[in-house]
Amino acid sequence: MTKYKKPSRNFITYAAVILAFLICQLALSGMIDGFKMSRSLKGQLIPICVYIVMAVSLNLTVGISGELSLGHAGFMSVGAFSGILISQYLLHAFPEADLELVRLIVALGFGGLMAGVAGVLIGIPVLRLRGDYLAIVTLAFGEIIRNLINCIYFSVEGRGLNFSFLDPNLPGTMLINGPMGATGIKKLATFEAGFLLVMFTLIVVLNLINSRSGRAIMAIRDNRIAAESVGINVTKYRMLAFVVSAALAGMAGALYGLNYSTIQAVKFKFDTSILVLVFVVLGGIGNIRGSIIAATVLTVLPEMLRQFGTYRMLIYAVVLIVVMLASNNPTLSSMINSFTGKFRKNSEKEGDKA
Amino acid sequence: MIQFLSYLLNGISLGSVYAIIALGYSMVYGIAKMLNFAHGDVIMIGAYMSFCAIQYWNLPPILAILLAIVVCTVLGIVIERMAYKPLRKATSLSVLITAIGVSWFLQNIALLIWGANPKSYQSLVGFSALTLFDGQLHITGESIVTIAANIIIMIALTLFTGKTKMGKAMRAVSEDKGAAELMGINVNATISMTFAIGSGLAAIAGVLLCSAYPVLMPTTGSMPGIKAFTAAVFGGIGSIPGALIGGILLGVIEILGKAYVSTELGDALVFAVLIIVLLVKPTGLLGKKIHEKV
Repeated sequence: MTKYKKPSRNFITYAAVILAFLICQLALSGMIDGFKMSRSLKGQLIPICVYIVMAVSLNLTVGISGELSLGHAGFMSVGAFSGILISQYLLHAFPEADLELVRLIVALGFGGLMAGVAGVLIGIPVLRLRGDYLAIVTLAFGEIIRNLINCIYFSVEGRGLNFSFLDPNLPGTMLINGPMGATGIKKLATFEAGFLLVMFTLIVVLNLINSRSGRAIMAIRDNRIAAESVGINVTKYRMLAFVVSAALAGMAGALYGLNYSTIQAVKFKFDTSILVLVFVVLGGIGNIRGSIIAATVLTVLPEMLRQFGTYRMLIYAVVLIVVMLASNNPTLSSMINSFTGKFRKNSEKEGDKA
Repeated sequence: MIQFLSYLLNGISLGSVYAIIALGYSMVYGIAKMLNFAHGDVIMIGAYMSFCAIQYWNLPPILAILLAIVVCTVLGIVIERMAYKPLRKATSLSVLITAIGVSWFLQNIALLIWGANPKSYQSLVGFSALTLFDGQLHITGESIVTIAANIIIMIALTLFTGKTKMGKAMRAVSEDKGAAELMGINVNATISMTFAIGSGLAAIAGVLLCSAYPVLMPTTGSMPGIKAFTAAVFGGIGSIPGALIGGILLGVIEILGKAYVSTELGDALVFAVLIIVLLVKPTGLLGKKIHEKV
């Protein structure tokens, strides 16, 4: 039964994402009457894709691997700045070549690679710890990355790349300018690229979860000692989940960075990590589809609340608290269970027949 | 040498503020096993209350501080009752997210009431600065008061948890909630009491912090909050002397790092030291070692 059920569930996820993309495309082209996207909503399309990738990749660490990470934005910023660096370098070093698509792909790949490397470097010390201590160390690493990026200067001179740490005086055109961040970025991100990145993330994460490695990761989450005693290499699989998650966050960061003309490291502070964690928890820990929905709704929600003006973020905070209280309320959850219980029984019967 | 001494004193003074905030984190973590991310924002509310008391209502400094303490204590109890108590049996992640929601709520309330523009905080410390070594070493009144307040609070709290009935109840609850309940301890009241003490201390920390660094904004509390939280972990979360040592060490490292290494890297240095300490001693400097049962 499970053999049939799992792939079909994944298929629904893919289909839903593709359908949502097609509807957005139709709405963008104005083919649907009476359903026009507002300007602000259009501007949100790429950030929505970025946050979906962030939420799904964080869910791999928090939900599947069971490690609370509070520094996910750190990987995002590594990806963003290395992606911007390579795409801007290519732009300045080879100005005659018209290679937007190549630059975008190279930027995403390089961003993911560098974030993956950062994931390995950070994972080695972090994964020795457990529980709340692990959470705090990831928080600390997120802050360290932000501080370090504030001290990094890159400039391009002809085809040469200059680098300095703490010293802002470099010859040539500045690409990354310490606390001022990256400026003069050529926008490369498109909604289509965002959609493809979401699909890529889903394929990687869902296949990983359903693979042998994924089951090993979940076994470690459920009981580390038991998993170790049946011969699972605990360090290897925890590291695998952590690094894949970091690399995906780096790709999301690269796309995010290439969506703006200037970006600073402040953009990726602690609050951003927390925001993504909120998506994961509200969407359901370990539930990939939930993460996608929560990331979409919660990115659009502040825009929807714009009519409330200054009360907007206050309402957002209240909604967050109320949802958390309601979802943990025993009377309410038993009510929901009795309601969905009948529905679930029916679908299980159908599953048995199949 | 004198220069170094002056940096060291600044560091100890900043560290004392961290230590007072860290106490709130540490006590709440010890008892409720939750990371109370809203604690930093209680500091900010305390600072704003004392600011209003001085600026708009013309109260004397002592009354202003008392008002801030009372408001924050009540706020702490209300937050605990409204947001955290219904989640006693929920997963720690749900509680964490709720705490973040409370933190955003407090920041936005402050934004609505007092606006986004930073207010310049007038120091509540009446002391003039102390000058030693023929005017070479300058110790501000704020530093002296902060360090003194820190010492008094530490002694008072150690006596409270060691000698009084309520303090013993708090230790019992943090050790084993179920067993404490069986012994007739009112667990809910004890947890409320912990939040009340922690929030009251946060108000004092807010006044001291803003007296020394006089910029007051709705986000004033968040960075000191995170650093104090780091300090609590650094010293071993749940331990009162641990919070003291962690806080002061953190403050000294931050000030010395900013002075001698680089201003930009001061914070990075603090977090790097935390990571190294946790790798060598995974439960912090004075934390208890937890043995894992199979």
